[in-house]
Amino acid sequence: MSTDFDLDRPWRVDPRVSVRPEPFGALLYHFGTRRLSFLKNQRVLAVVRSLADHPSARAACAAAGVTEAELPAYTRALHALAQSSMISERTVV
Amino acid sequence: MTLTSDLALGSGKPPGGDPARTASAAPGRLTDLFQLGLDAPICLTWELTYACNLSCVHCLSSSGRRDPRELSTAECKQVIDTLERMQVFYVNIGGGEPTVRPDFWELVDYATAHHVGVKFSTNGVKITPDVAARLAASDYVDVQISLDGATAAVNDAVRGPGSYDTALRAMASLHHAGFRGFKLSVVMTRHNIPQLDAFKAIADRYGAQLRLTRLRPSGRGADVWHELHPTVDQQRSLYDWLVAHGEQVLTGDSFFHLSAYGSALPGLNLCGAGRVVCLIDPVGDVYACPFAIHESFLAGSVRDQGGFQAVWRDSPLFASLRAPDTGGACRSCGSYDSCRGGCMAAKFFTGLPLDGPDPECVRGHGEAALAAVDASAAPRPSVDHSHRTVPVTIGRRRPPERGCDESPLAGFAVP
Repeated sequence: MSTDFDLDRPWRVDPRVSVRPEPFGALLYHFGTRRLSFLKNQRVLAVVRSLADHPSARAACAAAGVTEAELPAYTRALHALAQSSMISERTVV
Repeated sequence: MTLTSDLALGSGKPPGGDPARTASAAPGRLTDLFQLGLDAPICLTWELTYACNLSCVHCLSSSGRRDPRELSTAECKQVIDTLERMQVFYVNIGGGEPTVRPDFWELVDYATAHHVGVKFSTNGVKITPDVAARLAASDYVDVQISLDGATAAVNDAVRGPGSYDTALRAMASLHHAGFRGFKLSVVMTRHNIPQLDAFKAIADRYGAQLRLTRLRPSGRGADVWHELHPTVDQQRSLYDWLVAHGEQVLTGDSFFHLSAYGSALPGLNLCGAGRVVCLIDPVGDVYACPFAIHESFLAGSVRDQGGFQAVWRDSPLFASLRAPDTGGACRSCGSYDSCRGGCMAAKFFTGLPLDGPDPECVRGHGEAALAAVDASAAPRPSVDHSHRTVPVTIGRRRPPERGCDESPLAGFAVP
């Protein structure tokens, strides 16, 4: 899988997606594609939930305490979520 | 396409309805978590009424007549409020024929307005062109048309005269209204497995997605299962067909017992009963799964204190279903990791022990087990709403057979 996810762009959870916390992380359901995704820990959930509050995905990761060493794994996760339309780039006003 | 990374898994189809395609992406791990249960079901089946215009011979809820204790509109809305609070993403609404409830569309609108998506199963009787246009306009409603034969002869033998035409008319309306990707849902039997390609062609013709599910010996299905369930050779050809069609065809995870043939089919490949799915029946009773309407699998009622949420979280029955499997008699079998012992309801209603092989075990252990049990001693469904006679033809009134059929006081004389 390619990892051409732009960490420096602003992102958000797609408005048609419902995010439900679970003990293992979270479940995401997209009402448009009727598809399900899973977040496998609490920190990636924190990143995803706060995407819309930060100027970039990188800032959201930093605020959630993701270290430089961990960043590639989080980038891959965000890339997978973007490919399945769970998150999308937001247009900055 | 299944995407995976260390922290997120994507692009799965949800279970119950249609399982997440993640088992191959993350062997074991998520399945293990699901096995222990979730804070809320991913989706659940909600039979809104036992009333039905048809009398399908294999009806898993033995539907026909409305139950007078059916949940009221207000009670249904309370259930939806609970599902919204629990963030249940969507409900699979069925019956009976759910669209014959006078408040059906009101409840669908209420659910979608409260962020609970709806997929409903119907024989198509109420899917007029107007209704189809409304349905096509919503992202939050999906429709599943039931058809059990690719020809009228095969279908109507199971679902009743005229039901093939009704289903095809409904599909034509949905297609014409621009509804893409609605589901064409087929229960696989000995008579329709030779029609797999024909079903696919029908689905393609109407822009629908094919969904194949397993015939269970549940409800009235218990009476016909021995004649209608696929032969051993048919099971194998079904498995090969499913493998060849991959994610194009949905199965609601119903054929995970066939995974013992080789590679796993798409899906979670586990029994989701009480773990990721459950059933709410028309009177509000909560069962572990839609195929297990029997007091042994009754977890509680949405009418109990605490409602559905308390049943899901605190029911001792669900707690026991979420306990790790021991494997029982199947433990020593090399296929156990693939098939997980198969379907609980299929075992129960054929009289087999729950910790042994599925009656359709692909290794043949089910056949041997079936031969050893007394079929007449198998548990019977606890609830039966079957029509007592053939369904009434509206507009043509049959003459009373005796005076008392017309008036309860006929022939009554005051002494």
